[in-house]
Order: sequence, then structure tokens, then C-alpha cells
Amino acid sequence: MRRISGILAGTAVALVLSLAVVTGATAADPLMINGAGATFPYPLYSKWFYEYSNANPGVRFNYQSIGSGGGIKQITAGTVNFGATDAPMTEEGMKKLPGAILHIPTALGAVVPVYNLDEVPAGLKLTSDLLAGIYLGKITRWNDPKIAELNKTVTLPNADIVVAHRSDGSGTTDIFTNYLTTVNAEWRAKVGRGPSVNWPVGIGGKGNEGVAGVVKQTPGAIGYVELAYAKQNKMKVASLRNKEGNFVSPTLEATSAAAAGMAKSMPDDFRVSLVDAPGKESWPISGLTWILVYRDQTDEARGKAIVQFLKWAIRDGQKMEAALDYAPLPKAVVEKVDLALKQISFKGKSLY
Amino acid sequence: MARKTGGNIKDLLFERTTGAFAFLVLFLAVLLFAVLLRESLPALRKFGASFFVTGTWDPVLETFGALPFIYGTVVSSFLAILIAVPLSVGAAIFINEFAPPWMKTPVSFLAELLAAIPSVIYGLWGIFVLVPVLRDVFMKPVTKYLGWVPLFKGPVYGPSMLAAGVLLSIMIVPFILSVSREVLATVPQLQKEAVLSLGGTRWEMIRIVIGQHCLPGIFGATILGLGRALGETMAVTMVIGNRPEALLSLFQPGYSMAAVIANEFTEAVGDVYLSSLVLIGLILFAMTFAVNLAAKWILSRMVARASRGI
Repeated sequence: MRRISGILAGTAVALVLSLAVVTGATAADPLMINGAGATFPYPLYSKWFYEYSNANPGVRFNYQSIGSGGGIKQITAGTVNFGATDAPMTEEGMKKLPGAILHIPTALGAVVPVYNLDEVPAGLKLTSDLLAGIYLGKITRWNDPKIAELNKTVTLPNADIVVAHRSDGSGTTDIFTNYLTTVNAEWRAKVGRGPSVNWPVGIGGKGNEGVAGVVKQTPGAIGYVELAYAKQNKMKVASLRNKEGNFVSPTLEATSAAAAGMAKSMPDDFRVSLVDAPGKESWPISGLTWILVYRDQTDEARGKAIVQFLKWAIRDGQKMEAALDYAPLPKAVVEKVDLALKQISFKGKSLY
Repeated sequence: MARKTGGNIKDLLFERTTGAFAFLVLFLAVLLFAVLLRESLPALRKFGASFFVTGTWDPVLETFGALPFIYGTVVSSFLAILIAVPLSVGAAIFINEFAPPWMKTPVSFLAELLAAIPSVIYGLWGIFVLVPVLRDVFMKPVTKYLGWVPLFKGPVYGPSMLAAGVLLSIMIVPFILSVSREVLATVPQLQKEAVLSLGGTRWEMIRIVIGQHCLPGIFGATILGLGRALGETMAVTMVIGNRPEALLSLFQPGYSMAAVIANEFTEAVGDVYLSSLVLIGLILFAMTFAVNLAAKWILSRMVARASRGI
């Protein structure tokens, strides 16, 4: 009997102790912020989360890169604290939301045409009409007089143009088709824009690596990939004639220039496309990527943590972009984003 | 006496538990079907039967038809079977009947090892090795001389229905091979010796033995391979070219049902769009179900006939 009560007492003490440990642990547990969405900014966000959590041990992030569409679905359903997308939400999509949402731009991306021609080392010159013509299947040979006229210094081969595009739904395709829709009336009428479209011609590759695979393996191929992917894999990129009539090569600077060109006309909700942006140096197929947060937060601590993180991201975070091949937001845009962050509130009180 | 009752209760418990497990499997299959059906209703309502016979796939205008995907899945799988069955059955006969003992184990081990390779690895190998080789060594010369045959019409890109079929055939060889070997091994030694003792050659022995005894088993192995080919996703999407068009030429790009679901599901935002993808899933589900059902029926008839023959 005494032994039994001894065991009972011991168990009770152990229980109390373990309870104490558990509650202690909860108090010191970092705040977990959940997010989901676009794959394009994932490497950048991972770096940000890592650096930010190192500096602020109280906050941790869990980000699932499930695609922009998935990110919008999750934030609409309220299963995550923030979403991320490469394509702004539609009016129709925003109507389904339980509250007002803010699009916070975090970085800039560019989509670049890549090609495989032994005869043309790099910097094949193209215009919006040529690119649309190729993707519409109207220009089918590399030695087409319209292409040759722009590229007099090289001899273009008498070969078929093999068109490659993304087969999976993606923000990259959305930016690319948005560009073609903006600059070419026939494309707008026949195909339109979206993460997946009904391509008039071409072979579909899954992911940037799939398109790059087709282009690299097929002489005479042309495709489009993210700028970072083209740079890291040393692919041959084409120059494009921009809105001001200059031929520009795709670089981080040219991408940032596109955002700077749009800064003046940037709407307050940042739901803007940067394709065919004004500015002498602007790369015409550029786009923003956004983090989606509700304006009225339901959890003060979480809301505060998200706002503080975003404040950091548009300042210190921007310095990490170039190393990862993302173009940083221009100053004018950062100032505007700062104003938007001040709107995020909990029960009417700004969390800035 | 008490012990016996206890035993009965345990037996009963065991029976009920395992019964519940079995029921669960059935329940899951039914549930799967029900959910697929429910989610595909919007697309079924909007497009009706035209979904199965039209070929437009336009996510922007939300007009969808599944014909190119159904066609692609059927043709690529059929092509795979066409290549893989003779290859596997031939290899199985060689390993079982002719190969010297030191060769049997390594060859069959390596062949079966093929089954353990993840399909994404097959896909990568397909992009970087198979497609360029097929294009330069086979497709280009064939179009040059036989381009007038509708099946071999150019232009040649590389990623194509043919590439998908060949890659799939390599992937299903290990399945058909190992089952065929098992089937061949079940032939009683006495029967084989009987044929030989009557003056039959080895070829006659194999022909008679396979004709009489092994056909149902090899058919079963083929269906196993077909099931795998119909559902294969990753490797196919990497080499088929992902073009939603039903073209006769094997050298042209195509698309498959599993591939389009994997490619577009994550970014499909519209209700009709999502529903159309689910409907393709339902078709695939129904198709594999029908194939297996038909196979069971044919198999039972074949077995009956084979046993009558002996």
C-alpha cells in the first residue's frame, strides 16, 4: 500500500513537472506565421524567412510554394496567414473574400525569350510583333525576312522554328501571355492571357526546366523562362524592342527600370502589370510578385508580426534580391508600399 | 468449455475486424468514384457529351474537350504494349529456357531493378537521352523517306507520341517480364519433355507450351503493364510534348489525361476549369476500371479454354 501511494505521489510530481515544462515551452514557442502561394519568389522568401527569424527568434515562417492559384485559394479560405501570387487577384476573385485584401509587392521578375541557334551567339533581336508572330505560328522559319531585317550582322539558318512553352499553369506564362495580349491585337483576339492558355503552336515543357530542356535539346527552338533561370543556366537570351523603341537585353537593372517607369502611374492597390512599361531602359516582359494579406487582421500578435516582417522585407530584404537574381523594387515604389502597410490593422488600430 | 467460448469471441472479433478492413477498401473505391463524379458535375452539365468528342482546350475562354487527352493516353499506352510485350516475353523465354545459369540471375535482377527507378528519373533520361537519339537516329531518317505515310509525317521536333510510347514500354518491361517468367516456370517439366520426346524442336516446344499453357498468364501480365502505362504521369509529360491535339502522326506531340491533370491542377482557378480536370480524372478512373474488368472476363474464358485443351 505504501509502495502504491509512493508511486502515485511520484507520478503526480512528475505530472506537475511535465505540465510546467509544457506551459513553459508554449510561452517561449515562436509565433508561427503560415503562408502559401507562388513558386517564383520561393527562393527569395526562404532566404528572407531564414534571415528574419535569425534576427527575430520570436517569429517563424512556414511557406508552401504550391503555386499562385493555390495561394489565392488558401488565403480566400483563410487557412493561411498570408498568400503569395505572381498574378493579381481578379475582381471576381476578390468578391469571394471575407474582407478587403492588400497586394504587397515584394520583388520583380522578368520573363525572357531563350533560343537555340548555333549561328546566332547571343542577343538575337526581336520585336513584340515578331514574338507574337512566332507564337501564333505565322512566322515559321528562322530566315524569315522580318527576322533577318533586324539581325543583319548574322546569317540566320533556313530552319523551322520550334516553339516551346510551359505546359503547367504558371505565373511565368501569365506574364508572358499578358505581354503578348498587350502588344498584339491578333494575340488578344485569338488567345488571350492566363496561367494556361490554348497555344496555337508549340511543344509544352513542364516547369522552367521542361521548357529549357526542349530549347537546349532542339536546334532551332525558342522558348521563354524566368530571367533567373536563364541566367543561372547560361542560356542564350534574345533582346526585345521596348515601348520607346530601344532594343534592351534582359537584366535585373532593366527589370527594375520597368517598375520605375510605372511608378508614377502605380495604382494604390498595386494590382498593375509591368509589361510594355515606359522608360528607355525598361525590359518589356516584367512583372511584380505580391504577398496577399487581409487589411483587417483577426489576431493582433500575428498581424503585427506580418507587418513588421513586410516592413523589413521592403527595406533590408531588398538588398538580398540581386544575389538571388530578383530585381529589387525601385525607391518610389517602396515608399508607396510603406503607406499601404500602415493600413493593416487590428480592430481599427494600425499594426505598423 | 470457457476456453472455447473465449476462442469463439476472439474468432468473431478477428473476423469482424478483418471484415471491416475489407469493407473499408470497397468503401474507399466507392467514395473516390462518388467524389470524382460530384466534382465533375459542373463540367458535365456545361459540356455534356461534347466533352468526350471535342478537342478544344482553352482555359482563357473556359471551353474544354477531352478528346486529345483520351486519344493520347490510349495511343501512347497501346504503343508501349506493342513494343514491350514481344520484348518481355522474348526475354522471359530466353532467361528461362536458354540462358546459361550464370546469366539468369544477373539479367533478371537487372531487368527487375528497372521497376524500382522513379518515373521522374525516366522522364529526365527521356528528355536528355531518349528524345534526341530517337529524333536524330530514327525519326529524321524515317520522315525523309517515309514522310508520306500519315503515321510518320513531319516536322520532327523530338518530344512526341512515339517518344512517350517508347519510354513507357521501357518502364513496363520489368512488370511483364517478371510475371511472364513466373508463368513460364509453372509449366510442368513433364509436358516440356513430352514435346521434346515426340521429336519436337525447342521452338515447337515453346510454341506449344506457350499456346497451351501460358497465354492467359501472359495476357494477365500485359494488362498489368497496360494499367501502369495508362496512369503514368511524370515520365509521359516530360517527353510527350504536351500539345492538346489528336494527330495521327506518331512523330507529333500529344498529351495524356494524367499529364494534363498534373500540369494544370495547381493553377486551375475557374470552377468549370477545375471541374473539367476532375472529369478527366473520372474518365481515366472509369477507363482503367473497364480495362481491368474486361481483362478479368477475357482471362477467365482463356483459363477455361486452356484447361479444356489439356
